[in-house]
Amino acid sequence: MTQTQALQEYLLRLADSDMILGQRLCELCGKAPALEEEMALMNTALDLIGQARNWYEYVAELIDDGRDPDKLVFRRDAHDYRNLLLTEQPNEDFAVTMGRQFFFDVWHYFTLNSLARSSDERIAGIASKALKEATYHLRRSSEWVKRLGDGTEESHRRMQDAVDILWRFTGELITPDDTDHAMAEAGIGPDPEPLAQDWRGMVNEVLTQATLTPGAEDAWMYMGGKHGEHTEHLGFILAEMQFLQRAYPDATTW
Amino acid sequence: MAEWSLFEVFVRSKHGLNHKHVGSVHAADAEMAMENARDLYTRRNEGVSIWVVPSNSITASASDEKEVLFDPSDDKVYRHASFYQLPDEVGHM
Repeated sequence: MTQTQALQEYLLRLADSDMILGQRLCELCGKAPALEEEMALMNTALDLIGQARNWYEYVAELIDDGRDPDKLVFRRDAHDYRNLLLTEQPNEDFAVTMGRQFFFDVWHYFTLNSLARSSDERIAGIASKALKEATYHLRRSSEWVKRLGDGTEESHRRMQDAVDILWRFTGELITPDDTDHAMAEAGIGPDPEPLAQDWRGMVNEVLTQATLTPGAEDAWMYMGGKHGEHTEHLGFILAEMQFLQRAYPDATTW
Repeated sequence: MAEWSLFEVFVRSKHGLNHKHVGSVHAADAEMAMENARDLYTRRNEGVSIWVVPSNSITASASDEKEVLFDPSDDKVYRHASFYQLPDEVGHM
């Protein structure tokens, strides 16, 4: 794997994770528990899709085979998607939605923090802008986790269930592979070890405050999203998201 | 959600200007009210500062007091400073 290939892989992971989580959150449009929460969730979703666009634009330039961001999003199949498995998990109840967001936001925050100092200036620029949004996302999702965890008996039970359900998808966030190592060595991506420590540290801190119990560090983890091996959920997301573009390719008038 | 209370939201659009009432949000506490206000009222670059105030902390004039409170000022045009010659140097006032 050349460094350019590694960079493309790495950028696709960032782009696809943002895109798929954004799409997931958009499913809640019109269905959130309160008007205020609906606006907040959609703001987050649109922030993520906007960030995805920036990453796609860069990766499209590097791939340079004529595909633009739209083509990358609407014409790739599940096995070509590189998003983290966590981001494709279903919304379920509000505790799961917020738990998924929280685990992602912690990873996103520390990753962007490091990418903002990337040796690749384009990446540093995109990340610095995205970091402001991610900082707010993290603030909101960690507050919700604490609120629900340390709330009523029912909200505590649901939030703990959410942590237990989602835990098996968190290993992928902080387990580096060849691409991650290549990016770190080139000074482009974050150092995997501190990233994992930061993630664990903040997750434990928030879950403790929320009176919740994290999963075991050596728990069995689902991985593979970064290599295109997805859970069954991604296919359904893509089917809905890509239908129109697949049915009417290159249509310019609706 | 049923137990969320109402907060009034005030947004300052620029440094130096006043906070202005822009609407209200439901929230479980002030912290959440602040975030909800941010997401509802400042997403198009409307503000540099937000205040949220529990709606039940506001003492409001009653609508049936309207005549007593406000009608007496109706016919007192001399209270407006519109009978003075403004020197040109003052400009807009």
